[in-house]
Amino acid sequence: MSLAGSGTAHLRPQDQRLLSVEDLHVRFKTAGGVVQAVSGISFDVVRGETLGVVGESGCGKSTAGRAVLRLGEVSDGNIRFGDTDVLAADRKQMIGLRSRMQMIFQDPVASLNPRRPVRQLVVEGLTVTGASADERATRARKVMDSVGLDYDRFADRLPRQLSGGQAQRVAIARALAVGPDLLVCDEAVSALDVSVQAQVINLIEELKAEFDLTVVFIAHDLGVVKTISDRVMVMYLGKVAEVGEPEALYETPAHPYTRALLDSVPTPEVEGGFAGPALAGDIPSPLSPPSGCRFRTRCPLAQDKCAQEEPQLRQATTGQYFACHFPLVPAA
Amino acid sequence: MSAGPVSTGKAAGEPENSEPRSTVPAGAAPASARVSDADQARVAGGSLAQQVAAPSLAGGMSGVASPVVPPLRKRRNVLLWLSLGWMALVVLLAALAPVLPLADYSAPIGFPRADPSGELDQWLGLDNQGRSVLSRLIHGAQVSLLLGLLAGVIATTIGTVLGLVAGYFRGRVETAIMFLTDVLLAFPPLVLLLAISSILRPSFNTLLLGLTVLVIPSFVRISRAQTLNWAARDFVLAARNMGFGRVRIAFREVLPNVVPSVLALLPTIVAALIVAEGSLSFLGLGLPAPTPSWGGMISDGKDFLRLDPQLILIPAVAIFLTIFALNQIGDYARSRFDRTVQD
Repeated sequence: MSLAGSGTAHLRPQDQRLLSVEDLHVRFKTAGGVVQAVSGISFDVVRGETLGVVGESGCGKSTAGRAVLRLGEVSDGNIRFGDTDVLAADRKQMIGLRSRMQMIFQDPVASLNPRRPVRQLVVEGLTVTGASADERATRARKVMDSVGLDYDRFADRLPRQLSGGQAQRVAIARALAVGPDLLVCDEAVSALDVSVQAQVINLIEELKAEFDLTVVFIAHDLGVVKTISDRVMVMYLGKVAEVGEPEALYETPAHPYTRALLDSVPTPEVEGGFAGPALAGDIPSPLSPPSGCRFRTRCPLAQDKCAQEEPQLRQATTGQYFACHFPLVPAA
Repeated sequence: MSAGPVSTGKAAGEPENSEPRSTVPAGAAPASARVSDADQARVAGGSLAQQVAAPSLAGGMSGVASPVVPPLRKRRNVLLWLSLGWMALVVLLAALAPVLPLADYSAPIGFPRADPSGELDQWLGLDNQGRSVLSRLIHGAQVSLLLGLLAGVIATTIGTVLGLVAGYFRGRVETAIMFLTDVLLAFPPLVLLLAISSILRPSFNTLLLGLTVLVIPSFVRISRAQTLNWAARDFVLAARNMGFGRVRIAFREVLPNVVPSVLALLPTIVAALIVAEGSLSFLGLGLPAPTPSWGGMISDGKDFLRLDPQLILIPAVAIFLTIFALNQIGDYARSRFDRTVQD
């Protein structure tokens, strides 16, 4: 394969995809050099599916999420949403697109304007299209009801008078109000208490069914992602390491990085609380990523080939796709 | 879907806690309310009554006295109230100056430098030309306050918008605005004012222009700093994701958050402006005679410092009290409205 990126073997037929991203590059120029935040990743999301994206901080998962919604810079690549080329969309098309693609942010309180009451916040998106005050009020009541917030109690509250979970519900209501097809949750539960996390995740699941949503769920917690995803993508330093159905990926990971991530999840047993050795060292600097396979500097299986040749995505016998020269599961 | 670490209780649809994280003013009201409830329970007497009346307080632990939460001590800021009182008095007198039964500030009513006496116009004595000091002080307040406030408000408006534009739109606009700001800040203020006053003829408008230009940079800087801070928040990104344009986001989403911090700076700046106007008048570059201003009165009295120090003392005390009061109010405004200081 001679593609610039890490391969597209895992992509599904065009007509099924709601969102497809091909060979996405995001580079930031900084004083210290060019940060390669995302380096040629490709992925797709089929209508109605939930794609979980996991990886350590700094692996480019949030950058990729923002790029899809054109909220961040895109250096290169191709993003299609439905029939629309997202990167080529003009201002008018973009306003239409924005109502179909919504995002939930990590810090729920920071994602709400501190000077607006909930009643206004949840219907922010409708003012763009020029909905009347009556329409907005009706809609506000409806979406707040959908996310389990009592309109009369919360309507006049300001964001700082909400708990993290309540604020995240408001943010979800705001996204729902414009009737989106795609919901990108960028670490949407990472900042919440564990009990509240479960509630918000359940809520997203329910809303997904109720409103026919397609969800991209970005998180660093493998456990969270496993429960809700139809497909999981593991990212490392701006590249896709492994992608596939959660069953295959969690039971029989092919990429040593996925294995390492799974091993660093604590198990309930007291003895040997961790299944394997912790990942040594830090994620390398995206200013000068390692040659060949980017994981090789921390990989227990790395050999000379890994430094010279970049692995392309291949399918494993267990069904998932991985980018590794020496996989833990044989290639199909 | 298999049960992972997160699939706990099925409480979805219910908000997780019923109380807001914090009420707007973290004041004493809730605490004292709780105490009075507990007191009532105790007055009702008997452990039964207490158990019935206070389960929500004691959390259902029988036999344990409900905790008594002392009400938060409210700090009374005497200085702030005195400051507000002084400013109210000054503003009121200045505003009512034309209708008050005061002597004309430009006409002599007695011997030069007459000592204070019982008559209203002579309460504070007469100046070098035999004019009522009280009348001149009150009319002078009009000029000093009006100049300070007008220059302050105009500079706030211009400075905030420039800072917002620089901080939100960045790029070349920012470079240009910040370069001008830095140039202005590097200029010694008095030299700038002297230059403006000598090139243009000293008049109310000239002074207003000079003083406004002088303080715009302070507002640009704080507005830009605040804009940088607020524009980086996720709610700005969320607004973009809703399809709002950049101008609307700058003025409707970011600006309302920037304004409080900028306004908190206003009283302090007005105080500085009154001092600046005083200095100019003292140097003879203020408003032309016979219009009184506090700085001008000090200037007029400087030759009689030894014999009649009250000629300088009275306007000096007026300036001192006003500046002090404005700074007190400014400090309070900052701690109350500028959330960047508290958080």
